[in-house]
Amino acid sequence: MSFFKRFARNKGALIGLIILLLVVLAAILAPYFYPTSPWRMVTRPFLPPMAMDGYWLGTDALGRDVASGVMHGARVSLLIGLVSTVTALLIGVPIGALAGYFGGLIDDALMRFTEFFQTIPAFALAIVIVAILQPSLYSIVLAIAIVSWPPVARLVRGEVLSLRSREYVQAAVVIGQSTPRIIFTQVLPNTIAPITVMASLMVASAILLESALSFLGLGDPNMMTWGYMIGAGRTRLIAAWWISFFPGVAIFLTVLALNLVGEGLNDALNPRLSQEGG
Amino acid sequence: MHLLRFIGGRLIKGVIVLIAIATLNFFLIRAAPGDPASVMAGEAGAADAEFLRQLREQFGLDRPLYEQLWIYLTDILTLDLGFSYRQGRPVIELIADRLPATLLLTGAAFVFSLVLGVILGVLAARRAGKWSDSAITTGALFFYAMPLFWIALMSQIIFSLWLGWLPNVGFETIGAGYTGLRRALDIGTHLILPATTLGLFFTALYARMMRAAMLEISGADFVKTARAKGVHEGRIVRRHIARNAILPVVTLAGLQAGQIVGGAVLTETVFGWPGIGRLMFEALAQRDYQVLLGVFFVSSAMVVLFNLITDVVYRVADPRIEVGR
Repeated sequence: MSFFKRFARNKGALIGLIILLLVVLAAILAPYFYPTSPWRMVTRPFLPPMAMDGYWLGTDALGRDVASGVMHGARVSLLIGLVSTVTALLIGVPIGALAGYFGGLIDDALMRFTEFFQTIPAFALAIVIVAILQPSLYSIVLAIAIVSWPPVARLVRGEVLSLRSREYVQAAVVIGQSTPRIIFTQVLPNTIAPITVMASLMVASAILLESALSFLGLGDPNMMTWGYMIGAGRTRLIAAWWISFFPGVAIFLTVLALNLVGEGLNDALNPRLSQEGG
Repeated sequence: MHLLRFIGGRLIKGVIVLIAIATLNFFLIRAAPGDPASVMAGEAGAADAEFLRQLREQFGLDRPLYEQLWIYLTDILTLDLGFSYRQGRPVIELIADRLPATLLLTGAAFVFSLVLGVILGVLAARRAGKWSDSAITTGALFFYAMPLFWIALMSQIIFSLWLGWLPNVGFETIGAGYTGLRRALDIGTHLILPATTLGLFFTALYARMMRAAMLEISGADFVKTARAKGVHEGRIVRRHIARNAILPVVTLAGLQAGQIVGGAVLTETVFGWPGIGRLMFEALAQRDYQVLLGVFFVSSAMVVLFNLITDVVYRVADPRIEVGR
C-alpha cells in the first residue's frame, strides 16, 4: 500500500490535514485579507461578532479586529512551532545519536544530562528563560527548544541502539567506513520515520507552549499572537467573551490538526504498529 | 535494608539534581543583559545604590566566577533564596506563604486526573469500538489539544459568570469569617474549577494511556488462561487486566508531576489562586528575578521530591521491579 493510502485510511488524519491546510492558507493570506497591521484600531471597541459587516469576529477593547488578529496570529504560531521544533531536533538528534552509537560512558553522561532536563518543570523553565533573556522571537524559540529536546534524544538513542548491531551497519564497519559517515549515511536515515512522527507532535506542543507564554505577557512584543489576544481579553471576559474565545478556538483547531496528522503519519510510517494498536 | 539503600541512593540523586538546577539559575542570571546586581534587584532603576552595594557584597560579585557560584550554592542550600526588593521580604518567606495553596491545588488536580483518567480509560477499553469508546477517545483528543489557560477562562465564563454555580476567583470567601468544616467546604468549592481545569489535560493523557495499556494486556496469555478457566469477566477486567495496566500509567503520572506544577502558573493566574504560580506571574510583571528564580527552584524541588515518592511507592507496590533492574 502506498504511503498516502495508508495515511488516508485514518479518517481523523485526513480531517487533520484539511484543517492544517486551512490554517496554513490563513497564515499565507493574512496580509491580503487584512493588509493593515492587526494592532491598528479599525472601528469602535467591543463590537460583538456578526454585528457589523466585515467584522465577523468582533473587535477588542481597543477596537482592533479580532479576525485580523486570528489570521495574523496563525503566521506567528506556525513559524514559532516549526522553528523551535527544528531547533529542538538539532539539539536532540545529535545527543541521542552519540549516546546510542557509542554507548558506555558517553551514553551514561548524555542520558544523565537528558534526564536532568526532563526532571525540571518544563513550563517554569521556559518562563524563566524568556523572562531573563527578554521576550523576543529568539528567546521564545530557544526556550521552547530547550524544554522539548529530551524526548527526541531518548527516541533517537533507542533507535540507534537497535540499529547499530544490524548486519548492514556491521558491514559498513568492516569495510572501513568512518564513524561519522556510518552515523550519517547508515544509521540516521533509518530513524527518519519515528522522528517525523514525533516532530509533528512537537510542533503541536510548541504552539501550545508559545501561546501559554504570550498569554502570560512573554510573547514577542512586536507580534500579534493568539496567546496575547486571549490574555488581553481576559480582564474583559464578562463584557466581551469573544475576544478570548476565537483565538482559543484557533489554537485548539491547529493543535488538534497537528495531533491527528501525527497519528496518521504514525499509521502510515509504522504499518505494523498501527495494526496492533487498534 | 534494600529499600533503605534504594531511598538513600535516590535522595543523593535528588540533591545532585537540585545543585544542578541552582547552578543553572546562577548562569541564567548572568545570561541576562546588564549588571547581575541590578538584574537581581529587579526592574532597572527600582533599587537604590545602597541595596545594590549590599547585593554585590552578599553575592561576591567582584570576585571570580567560581567563588560567586560557591557563595550562591551555599546560600541556596541553606534555603536563602535572596531578598525581594519589591515586596520587602525574603523570597523564601514569600514562597512559604504561598506553597500550601499550590500543594493543595496540584495535589487535587493530580488525584482528580489520575482517578478520572484511569476510570475513563478502563471504560473506553471495555467498550472498544462502540460509541461510548469513541466519545471518550474523541473527548480525550479534544482536551489534549486545548490550551489549559483557555479552558480555565471558558469554564470561568460558563460556570461562574453565566451559571453562577461556582465562585469566580480566589481561595476562599473574603470576609466571611468561616471556621472549621465550614471553611474547608468554602475552600473546597473555590478549588473545584482550578483543580478540574488544571487536571483535564492530564485526564485526557492518562485516559488514552490506560485505554492502550488495557487493550494490550487483554491479549496476554494469562488473561486467556483466566478466561479459559471460566473466571467471571468482571473479575478478569478488575484483577487481571486493570491491575497490570495501571502500573505504567502511574509511572508516567509520577514523571508528569513537573508538568502539573508548571501548569499551575496558568491556572493560578486565571483563578487568582494564591499559590507560588500566581507569585511567579506577579514576579514576571514586576521583573522581580530573585522571586522568579526562587519559585523555579522550589517547584523543581517539589518535582524531585514527587518523583522520589513515586519511585519508592512503585517499588513497594510492585516487587518485580527489583528483579527487572
